[in-house]
Amino acid sequence: MKEIFAFIRKEFKHIFRDRRTTLIVLIMPIVQIVLFGFAISTDVHNAVVDIVGDASDPAVQRIIQRIDSNEYLEVGNIYASPAAIDDRLRKGKISAAVCFEQNFDSNLAAGSTAVVRIIADGADPNTAQTVTSYIKGVIQSEQAEITTAMTGGGSVSMRPNVQLMYNPAMNSAYNFVPGVMGLVLMLICSMMTAVSIVREKEQGTLELVLVSPVKPFWIILSKIVPYMVLSIVNFVTTLLLAHFVMGVPVNGSLALLSLVSLVFVGSSLGLGLLVSVISATQQTAMLICGMGLTMPTMMLSGLIFPCESMPMWLQVFSDIIPAKWFIIMVKKIMIQGAGFTSIVKEFCVLLGMMVALLWFSIKKFKTRL
Amino acid sequence: MSDRTAIKVEGISKSYGAVKALDDINLEISEGEIYGLIGPDGAGKTSLFRVLTTLTLADSGTASVNGRDVVADYQDIRRTIGYMPGHFALYQDLSVEENLNFYATVFGTTVEANYDTIKDIYSQIEMFKTRKARALSGGMKQKLALCCALVHKPEVLFLDEPTTGVDAVSRKEFWVMLKRIKESGVTILVSTPYMDEASMCDRIALILNGRIIDRGTPQEIISRYPDRLYAVRGGNMFRILKILRPLDGVLRCSSFGSECHVAMAQDGPDSSFLLDTLKDSGVEDSSVELVNPGIEDCFIRLS
Repeated sequence: MKEIFAFIRKEFKHIFRDRRTTLIVLIMPIVQIVLFGFAISTDVHNAVVDIVGDASDPAVQRIIQRIDSNEYLEVGNIYASPAAIDDRLRKGKISAAVCFEQNFDSNLAAGSTAVVRIIADGADPNTAQTVTSYIKGVIQSEQAEITTAMTGGGSVSMRPNVQLMYNPAMNSAYNFVPGVMGLVLMLICSMMTAVSIVREKEQGTLELVLVSPVKPFWIILSKIVPYMVLSIVNFVTTLLLAHFVMGVPVNGSLALLSLVSLVFVGSSLGLGLLVSVISATQQTAMLICGMGLTMPTMMLSGLIFPCESMPMWLQVFSDIIPAKWFIIMVKKIMIQGAGFTSIVKEFCVLLGMMVALLWFSIKKFKTRL
Repeated sequence: MSDRTAIKVEGISKSYGAVKALDDINLEISEGEIYGLIGPDGAGKTSLFRVLTTLTLADSGTASVNGRDVVADYQDIRRTIGYMPGHFALYQDLSVEENLNFYATVFGTTVEANYDTIKDIYSQIEMFKTRKARALSGGMKQKLALCCALVHKPEVLFLDEPTTGVDAVSRKEFWVMLKRIKESGVTILVSTPYMDEASMCDRIALILNGRIIDRGTPQEIISRYPDRLYAVRGGNMFRILKILRPLDGVLRCSSFGSECHVAMAQDGPDSSFLLDTLKDSGVEDSSVELVNPGIEDCFIRLS
């Protein structure tokens, strides 16, 4: 037992004596969660909207007021003709423009169709989509009121009433935090474990350690434990940051969340061991982890692009990425507040992956050189 | 030295792809002797060490260390041997003390319990015990590595090229240390590419291209040298070599430090023949002297 502790102590010394490693292990997760939470946000705030049309028209005035009072939108300039809009869009001064036809109010009152056009900057489709849907919402609510007023009753008009469950503000941190947690835990567990084992291979220290009476299983365990401990530290810090700084709720059971994370950490450690078994140099290990693990995790786990919109073969491929299952479960637990019964399938998949990966890589780890 | 066998190697062969690293190696090393494995880089020394320290499996043949088979009883062997690989394989970011303590613990002992074993060597680097291993000089690294290999009182010590890349003074000191370790009853198998170190061993084996080409005590090997050997000194060594090599009666001619060694048959022409030939070819400033062969000469003859 003393041997194992000596190994683990030594491993911690390696981590904390190398400034780069310390930085990656302890600072990177915080930077990532803050970056994804704040900077890299798909939310739209204070989008400036120009108005083209007759500002004295009563219906136009009402809509302008509504746009201005919307917390995500802000009215910019009001023009009589659309000539200036193109330039304003091009220079990025505005996110969209709303153009009203002549005699908008009287057309509306006459019961015929009143035409309104929304122009948005398609170069940034995400923002354009969000802003136009905000504007559409504003116009729709105005239209609904007019219809109601005209028919005199309240039940005739029908308009979609969209209610977003769990994340009513469409806060992108809700989407990114589980993803970044997955990414950080995977990076630390698999890359750092793989590199630390391969470094010993490369420097020849593994040769000496293998000649010792300590069984290889314990050598592996002593390599795993420090990174497991650090992952738990990271899990706690990212969770605290997400909750208290980003305002991401933890609606479900914290114990369940921890259990799920532990299983994910286990599977990532298994991946790291596997990489260390197949690579001979630190560069190879880094490359495999970077290209083979981090990239697919970012792209295919649903962190950035939803899995549902991928082609079928990519969806199948994304199923073998442990992070995908972890992220699904974290979202369910943290944001929807789901219990164990609703994550049974994902949990079993991840648990199976963990057992298979650990078993395979421990078996593959050589007793000899 | 006792009559009991410490290391027995029988018909060990090992290939890496098409390269035959070890080709039917047979060795018997007695308990308590310093046995030298002498050969150039790539001769198979490290491969043999790895087989004996249970780090690789041989393709064929058997080997045992203190009666334990390298395949079946590898766990027992790992408990009772000390191994110092050819490259510096300690943790660079740990201090001298931390490295030593780590290896002591890994082998289930403590530095204090076995302090006697390493005292001689460790006392020389103890003043640097808080220094990181990467900041040590070559000689100090080597002493630290030896301490780490000795800290658990091994029965057999495997030293793979311990003096490679170490300065001449440290090399001399190192062999003195080995003699002392040997006196405490430890069997030592040491490899070296330096032929001049052969005489420090009790017995040696010359290894080349995975084969043992000769073995015995250094004196035995030298006494088996059949030819007369002359040392030729002169100004332009390259020219001298060029003149002497094609001569009838010259068996071998190779540069040897600042001179060149010329081997001639016992019943062949003598030194005056060499001197005359050189003079005839216009080399005036040369001298020829009969010398005793060394291990290197034996190696060159056999290779």
